[in-house]
Amino acid sequence: MDVLLLSRLQFAITCAFHFLFVPLTLGLSVLTAWMEWRYVKTGDVVWLRMTKFWGKLFLINFAIGVVTGISLEFQFGMNWAEYSKYVGDIFGAPLAIEATVAFFLESVFIGVWIFGWDKVSKKMHATAITIVAFATNLSALWILLANGWMQNPIGAKLTKIVGNPLITERAEMSSFLAVVTNPYGWLKFFHTVLSGYTVAAFFVMGIAAWHLLRKNEIDLFQRSFRAAAIFGLGAGLLVLATGDFHAVEIAKTQPTKLAALEAIWETEPGGTALALISIPLVSEERNLEFGKIPHAGSILAFHNPTIPIKGLKEFKPEDRPPVGMTFWSFRLMVIIGSVMLLLSLIAVYLSLRNQIATYPLLLKIFLWAIPLPYIAAQLGWIVAEVGRQPWLVYGMLRTADGVSKSIDMVQVMGSLAAFTLVYSVLGAIGFYLIVTYARKGPDVITVARRQEV
Amino acid sequence: MEALQITWFVLWSVLWTVYFLLDGFVLGTGMLHLILGKSDTERRVLVNTYGPVWDGNEVWLITAGGATFAAFPTTYALMFSYLYTALLLLLFCLIVRGVSFEFRSKVDQPLWKGAWDKAIFFSSFLIALLLGVAFGNIFEGLPMDANGYHGGLFSLLNGYGLLTGIFFVLLFVVHGALYAALKTTGDLAQRAKSLAKNAWPFLLVAAVGFLIYTAFATRLLGNYFREPYLLAVPLVAVLALLGIRLFITRGAVIYAFGASSLTILFVTFTGVIGLFPNLIPSSLDTNYSLTIFNSSSSFLTLAVMTVVAMIFVPIVIVYKIWVYRVFRAPVTSEDIAGNRDAY
Repeated sequence: MDVLLLSRLQFAITCAFHFLFVPLTLGLSVLTAWMEWRYVKTGDVVWLRMTKFWGKLFLINFAIGVVTGISLEFQFGMNWAEYSKYVGDIFGAPLAIEATVAFFLESVFIGVWIFGWDKVSKKMHATAITIVAFATNLSALWILLANGWMQNPIGAKLTKIVGNPLITERAEMSSFLAVVTNPYGWLKFFHTVLSGYTVAAFFVMGIAAWHLLRKNEIDLFQRSFRAAAIFGLGAGLLVLATGDFHAVEIAKTQPTKLAALEAIWETEPGGTALALISIPLVSEERNLEFGKIPHAGSILAFHNPTIPIKGLKEFKPEDRPPVGMTFWSFRLMVIIGSVMLLLSLIAVYLSLRNQIATYPLLLKIFLWAIPLPYIAAQLGWIVAEVGRQPWLVYGMLRTADGVSKSIDMVQVMGSLAAFTLVYSVLGAIGFYLIVTYARKGPDVITVARRQEV
Repeated sequence: MEALQITWFVLWSVLWTVYFLLDGFVLGTGMLHLILGKSDTERRVLVNTYGPVWDGNEVWLITAGGATFAAFPTTYALMFSYLYTALLLLLFCLIVRGVSFEFRSKVDQPLWKGAWDKAIFFSSFLIALLLGVAFGNIFEGLPMDANGYHGGLFSLLNGYGLLTGIFFVLLFVVHGALYAALKTTGDLAQRAKSLAKNAWPFLLVAAVGFLIYTAFATRLLGNYFREPYLLAVPLVAVLALLGIRLFITRGAVIYAFGASSLTILFVTFTGVIGLFPNLIPSSLDTNYSLTIFNSSSSFLTLAVMTVVAMIFVPIVIVYKIWVYRVFRAPVTSEDIAGNRDAY
C-alpha cells in the first residue's frame, strides 16, 4: 500500500458512495415534479399526497447526495494536487460553472420547495421542484463534461511554463467550445442521467409494490407504479441506445478500454469476432471461448463488420487497463440492464391494464429489484474509470503522476479510515430513514391540514 | 492578462466575503442552538429560521472553492494538499452539519434529536473556528519553499491562527444571535438580542487583539502603507463593529444585523486587500508565495470564466433576494407546530 493506491481507493469509495444517492436524485426529482404538476392541473389531492410522499424520500436521499459531493471537490486538491495543477486550467472551469449555474439553482429552490408550501402559489411551488430537477440534471452535465474531458481530452494544448518556480508544464485550454461539445461527455451525460431515471423508476416501483402487496393506498400506489413503469421503460430503452453510441465513441477514442471490455487480445484483420461466452485468462493473455460469431465485435464497436478491434497485445502491458475487472463489470452491467428492460416491459404492460396488484409474486420481484439499477450504475462507473487506467487523463497524464506529492501514508490512511467510518454511519442512517419513511406510507394529516386552509 | 487576474482576485474575494456574510449567521445561530434553544420547539424554530436558505448559502463556499480551482489551479492544488488534515476536518463538519438540519426532526425521539442538536452545535463551531484558523494562517503565510510545505496540522494552531479562529467564532456568534433575534419572536427573540449584546464586548476584545496581532504577525499592512487611502476599509470595519452595539442598545435589531453584516464584509476586505497580490504568501521565501500571477489559469480560461461569472452571478443574486423576501417573516412556534414539511 502506498499513497497512490490509498488515494485511489479513497476516491473510488467516496465516488461510489456519492453515486448511491445521485442517480435517485436525478430521476426522482423529475418524477416528483411531474406528480406535482398533475396536482396543479387536476386539483386531485391524491397527486399532492404522492408528491409529498415521494418528495420526502427524495429529500432524505438528496441531503446525503449534496454533502458527499463536496468530498470529491476537496479530494481533487487534497489527494490529486499534481493532477489539479496539470489540468486545472481546463478541468476547473466545468466544476466552477457547475457550482455557479447549477448548485445555486438547486440549493436555493430546494429551500423554496421544502418550506414554501404556504408561502408561494401552487404553480410557483411546482416550478420550484421543476427547477431543482432541471438544476440537478444540469449539474450532471457539467461534471460529466469534466469527466468526459478526462476520457477524451480535446480542446487542450500542452504548454511549457517558463520562469515559474511552482509549475513547469501543464495542459491549457485551447478551445472552450471543444471542451463543452465533447461528444464523449455528452454521450456519457445521457447514458448516466438516463440510468439515474431507471434507478428512480425501480425505486418507486419497488416501494409501491411493497405497499400494493399490503393493499395500502391502492389507488395512490398504482398510479405511482404506472408512472414509474413508463418512465423506467422509456429511460431504459434510451440507456440501451446511448450505451450503443457510447461504445462506438469509446472505439474511436479509447482503444485500450474497448479491447479490455471485450477482452480482445489479438487484432483480427478483416473484422473482430466475438464469442457468446468468453472467459478471459488474463495471465495467459487469451480467453476460453464458446460460440464464436464472426465480425460481431467489429459490428458492435464500429457498426462496420470489417474494421478490426485493436487487440490488447498491441499495447505495452503497462498501458493496458485491468482486463478482468473491466470485462466482468461490463458483462454484468449489460446482463442486469437486460433484466431491467424485461421487468420494465412487464411493468408497463400490466400496470397499463391495472393488473399489477393481482400478481403478488411479481410485486415481490419488483421490491427485490430495487438494487438492480444501483448495481448496474456502479458497474458502469467501474467500466468507465477502471477501463481508463493506467491513465488519469487518457493518453495525457498517468494516474501515478497525478497524486499529491506533499501527503504521506499516515494522512491518507487516517482520512480513508475516517471516510469509511463517517460514510458507514451516514449510509446506515440514510438507509434507516428511507426505509422508515417508505414503510410509513403517505401522510393523511397533511391533507387535512391543507383542507382547513 | 493582468486585468483578468486582478478581476479574478476580486471575484475570489467577493465569493469568500459573501460566503462569510451568509453562512456566518447560519453558523452563528448553529453555535447558539443549545444555549438559545431551551426546548425542542425553540430548537426547531431556530433551525427553521435558516432552513430555507442554509444550503444556498453554503454554495458560496463551494463556488469559492470551484473558482479557486478554475482561476488559480496551482493555489488550489497546493493549498488543499498542504492543508490536508485541516480541510478533511472541515469537510466532515460540513457533511455532519448538512445532514443534521435535514435529519433532526425526521424521528420524534429525544435521543435522536439530542444527538443531532449536539451535531449542529459542534459542527457549526468547528467550521467557524477552522475557517478562522485557515484564514489566519493564510494572512500569516504558510511555511513553503522549493521543497514544498513544512508545516502540519498542529503548526496551523499557532497563536495568530487561533486568535483569528476565535475572532471568527465570536463574529459569527454575534451575527447569528442578531439573525435569530430578527427571525424569531417573543422571549426567544429577546434572549437572542441580549445574547448578542453580552457577546459583543468579547468580540470587541478579540477584534482589537486581532488588529494588533495582525500588525506583528503578518505583512498585511504593507499595502496600506503604500496606499493609505485603503485604510478607509478597516476603518469602516471598526465603525460597523461599534455600530452593532449602538444599534442593539437602541433596540434597532435590524440595523444591528446590518452592522454585523458590514463588519464581516469589511473585515474580510481588510484581509484580502492586505494579501494582494498574494493568495497565500510564503512565510519562508516570497519566491514561493502563491500569487494571482504565478498560480493563475491561462488567458482563455480566465476570459471564459469571467463571461460566465458576469452572466450568472447577477442572476443568482436576483433569485436569492427573491427567496429571502419570500421567507422574510419571522418563524413562530405556531408555524412549525404540526408542520411536517418544515425541518
